[in-house]
Amino acid sequence: MISMGRYARRRVANRLWLAASMAATALGLIFLFLVLYALLRNGIPAISGTLFTTSTPPPGSAGGLANAIYGSLIMTIVATLVGTPVGMLTGTFLSEFGKGSVLASVVRFVNDILLSAPSIIIGLFVYQIVVVPMGHFSAWAGSAALALIVIPVVVRTTENMLELVPHGLREAAAALGTPQWRVIVQVIYRAAMQGILTGVMLAVARIAGETAPLLFTALNNQFWSANMNAPIANLPVVIFQFALSPYDDWRTLAWGGAMLITFTILILNVLARMLAGWSSRTP
Amino acid sequence: MTIAMVARHDRQRLWDLLFRNATRAFAILVLLLLGGVMVALGVGAWPAFAHFGPGFLTSMAWNPVKDEYGALPAIFGTLATSAIAMLIGVPLALGVAVFLTELCPPFLRRPIGTMIELLAGIPSIIYGIWGLFVLAPFLQETVQPVLIDTLGNIPLIGLLFEGPPLGLGILTAGFILAMMVLPFITAVTRDVFLTVPPMLRESAYGLGATTSEVVRDIVVPYTRTGIIGGVMLGLGRALGETMAVTFVIGNAHEIHTSLLAPGTTISATLANEFTEAVTPLYVSSLFALGFILFVITFLVLAAAKYMLIRLQRQAGT
Repeated sequence: MISMGRYARRRVANRLWLAASMAATALGLIFLFLVLYALLRNGIPAISGTLFTTSTPPPGSAGGLANAIYGSLIMTIVATLVGTPVGMLTGTFLSEFGKGSVLASVVRFVNDILLSAPSIIIGLFVYQIVVVPMGHFSAWAGSAALALIVIPVVVRTTENMLELVPHGLREAAAALGTPQWRVIVQVIYRAAMQGILTGVMLAVARIAGETAPLLFTALNNQFWSANMNAPIANLPVVIFQFALSPYDDWRTLAWGGAMLITFTILILNVLARMLAGWSSRTP
Repeated sequence: MTIAMVARHDRQRLWDLLFRNATRAFAILVLLLLGGVMVALGVGAWPAFAHFGPGFLTSMAWNPVKDEYGALPAIFGTLATSAIAMLIGVPLALGVAVFLTELCPPFLRRPIGTMIELLAGIPSIIYGIWGLFVLAPFLQETVQPVLIDTLGNIPLIGLLFEGPPLGLGILTAGFILAMMVLPFITAVTRDVFLTVPPMLRESAYGLGATTSEVVRDIVVPYTRTGIIGGVMLGLGRALGETMAVTFVIGNAHEIHTSLLAPGTTISATLANEFTEAVTPLYVSSLFALGFILFVITFLVLAAAKYMLIRLQRQAGT
């Protein structure tokens, strides 16, 4: 009977622990839905025809986010175009050439640090090496800061994806007399394409909402500007400025921008995951 | 071989050489990037360190009018908010990881795992705006008065919950940070939980262990290094998190015993004041704060990485 009592106690303890773990998961999901709910509730009133066609207004008048959307878009595109090749080549070195070398393990270590380094530090760095010599804030500086955030993400996924390509493919191509660079560019890259693309999409999702590195680099611009050599408006910094302002119409626009960014990023994340899932199923 | 073939062979070898060295050059570039960050911040921070000496680290002063700066309140705020984030976030993250690996029905594992990971995808600034307009008023009106009336009356612990319920402050920032590090710690711990050999797990079940006993006595001891690595990774994130904290911490260069009081962190100070800094010493002091933050996060992240590599070796043998 005593042993039965102990068994019952262990079972109760087990139930309690498992209930606690279930509650933790529920709490995590509730957080997600609370944030998404607040975005929809406060962001939908900002959606109008002029949101995408007019620039950020002075307080008290109507306007949209067209200049900020354009600025975010162009800086994200430039940063992705610059960061992706750098990241891919570095990832290729780690997986194909440097395997087991000291250089590769040091680069891998440093890359993982950069992957989690505070983004505001990247902003300070770009301020020091781009903004100070140029003498002014600019869209180029903003793009540079975002590119530095893209690189480690692409390095990591490229390396992981290239390592998943079966060795037989490399050997088969080499046995046909294919030079190594052709094996990599025409066989390995092609086999790992979906995985690499997933990495690039995740990198885009990561920089789309980055605010801290843009504060000291792209700054902000109240007006429409397509000049890469001048400060440029961008969604995150506009959200930061407008949300902390005392004006109701600015706050509404901030929520609208926040909703726009978040749902773009969530869709990118889900698409990237679907692409990754699809590529892992087709050998 | 014909002469044409030899020429082609040589050309291909040249391309091989070029391609290999190009990848190596970019790998070295990534390496130099970290060094470059360190040097650029050091150069920017030097005038402040030279002017204030080691006293910069322990000074409470923050007075742009008199051009006097000290790092202590910002360092304190950074460490305090991260500590709160870890106290709340780590148990939650471990709970989620246990749920996903031990309890969750397989068909729900992917959707729930993805939704938790989406928490990591939401940008910092969105947590900030949500924290300012939704969480802070909620804490101010419902949670903090209760904390003040109950815990606030206990001797010693009461010091942590003194003062008026402002909504904004160290506690609110720590709470938001806990939400933000949750998905990172969960992702790592879930992955290391899966490295436990099924045979160990099954043996324990075979001896009649309950699920919670298997987790406590088999899974956690086996993956301890990996869990610590994941926690450190989350800590590295929390220390450097900027926008969310900037919205809710109250931005005051002060140190209070109460968690309900406003404060500041290194990253929040940078975000708020950098573009307004007018004197060279002000700018340099902000660089010095950035340098300190970089050193702290570097050490934490390096330790995290070291732990995870150790676990990988252990799993590999």
